[in-house]
Amino acid sequence: MRTGRAKNVGWVLFFLLPSAIPLFIFTLVPMVSSLWVSLHRWNLISPMEWVGLGNYSNLITDPMTRRVLLHTLIYVAGYLPIVYAGGLCLALALNQRLKGRAFLRATYFLPVVTSWVVVALVWKWLLNPTNGLVNQVLGTLGLPEPGWWTDPHWALPAVILSSAWKDLGFVMVILLAGLQSIPGEFYEAAKVDGSNAWQRFWRITLPLLSPSTFFVVVISLINGFQVFDQVYVMTAGGPAGSSQVVVGQIYDLTFRYGRAGEASALSWILFALILVITVIQIRGQRRWVHYA
Amino acid sequence: MRDTRRRTARRAAQYEGPETRSLAARIALYVAVLVGAAIMLFPFLWTVITSITPEGSLADGPTLIVDNPTLGAYRTLLDAMPIWRIIVNSLGVAVASTALQLVTGSMAAYGFARLRFPLKNVVFGFYLATLMVPLQVLVVPLFIEMKTLNLQDTYFALLAPTIASAFGVFLLRQAVTAVPMELDEAATIDGAGHLRIFTTIVLPLIRPALATVAVFAFMGSWNSFLWPLVVIRSPELMTLPLGLSTLQGQFTTQWDVVMAGSVVSIVPIAIVYLLAQRHIIAGVAHTGIK
Repeated sequence: MRTGRAKNVGWVLFFLLPSAIPLFIFTLVPMVSSLWVSLHRWNLISPMEWVGLGNYSNLITDPMTRRVLLHTLIYVAGYLPIVYAGGLCLALALNQRLKGRAFLRATYFLPVVTSWVVVALVWKWLLNPTNGLVNQVLGTLGLPEPGWWTDPHWALPAVILSSAWKDLGFVMVILLAGLQSIPGEFYEAAKVDGSNAWQRFWRITLPLLSPSTFFVVVISLINGFQVFDQVYVMTAGGPAGSSQVVVGQIYDLTFRYGRAGEASALSWILFALILVITVIQIRGQRRWVHYA
Repeated sequence: MRDTRRRTARRAAQYEGPETRSLAARIALYVAVLVGAAIMLFPFLWTVITSITPEGSLADGPTLIVDNPTLGAYRTLLDAMPIWRIIVNSLGVAVASTALQLVTGSMAAYGFARLRFPLKNVVFGFYLATLMVPLQVLVVPLFIEMKTLNLQDTYFALLAPTIASAFGVFLLRQAVTAVPMELDEAATIDGAGHLRIFTTIVLPLIRPALATVAVFAFMGSWNSFLWPLVVIRSPELMTLPLGLSTLQGQFTTQWDVVMAGSVVSIVPIAIVYLLAQRHIIAGVAHTGIK
């Protein structure tokens, strides 16, 4: 070691405390207190009442929990394929020799830096059932005009569509970086062997892109299960709870129904779910993720 | 991993992409990417158009060419909420939280990468644990904590959860570890202490990683909605996403006003984006290569 022990302790504290103190107070303490709250019945005002695991068993039997979990799953299942397929197409296109590539890339990325609330409002307007642009176009083409966020069947698809629009550029940038790290020699060798473009895509591009794909899938699932902003702004979980998601339910339980204990329990259920899914993916990656 | 990254960067610099074959294929490609660009840009254009369309003409939806463009919606917006203050709040909080995360993160990164102390791995494990718990899970207890400390509805409350980010520490630690130890040793021989090594040797060499962390910190703060929604009540403390969502509550059917608010909140970030576009995209691409 470079310096004496006592002197070193000073340096350790100097370098670590600025991050350790806020992380402790604003992350670790709430984590523990959240577990504590989840074992109580509490409306944020009157004293807490110990219920043990009562909140958890209530939630498991409550049909609303199953509904919000289902909606969240539908959201993820709808969002991920669209955003991956779309992002991959854009990345493949921008990986070609193309004029104005930098401009196109910047354009596709623009919605990524726009906040969720703005995106949700803009799309709420575009998808307005009576005078929104999308339905006007559909009407002109003689196609059916869905009620979007006013229709229980279309509220979630409206949220999925606008979310995919926002994140397409993010996925594209990650996948493009992945594509550009595939050595060109692989393609040349495959061409010499007489492969066609389709074969090269399936046999070289997709397998060698798998680390980037893995990253996109992990991040999208983690973010997808926490979806809230766009739902809150576009539908507020409605109509009739038809688009309520887990985090929306946590918010409503706490601030609308005064059931902070159940809200905390639901937070931990969500956390456990994300953790399990992420661990499964990391375990499963050996089967399909190839590092060149 | 580091080698791959360096190789990748070198290749990306030279990379021109595979040759596209026929003319028809080239035209199809251009049509596709331009349609894509239109889909990405048009909603923004439509937002601007709606915001300058007179309210009376909105019943059938706006038209591409506005007949009597008006700034009426913007005037209504100015009367409805302290919008300038809200913009400054958003920028101020984003800049402050970015600066704080860079300082706290790079210091912790140096501590973990360069100092030896007992239980280092355990402490680092705690950092990683906080990385895994999303803010969504912490919102309720954090709100209760702020209420107990009587800090709810303050600027400090807005900043508190973003003073330090474990993600930043993690990313920056990787970068500090990549700085050759020999540089430190040479500086030590010249009589430099930890503070000088940190500020004059390590910090300049981890600039790309700092840029990446800055991008994520800024975007995270700028887009943050749930936490301000929970902890802020006063209009003069609101940030743009929260202000916009309350605006929508007030002007449910007045889309010109809501879109004017959207335009106002897009403009500042669009300017930042135009100036720093390359770094922002590079920063995001960087985290993906692992």
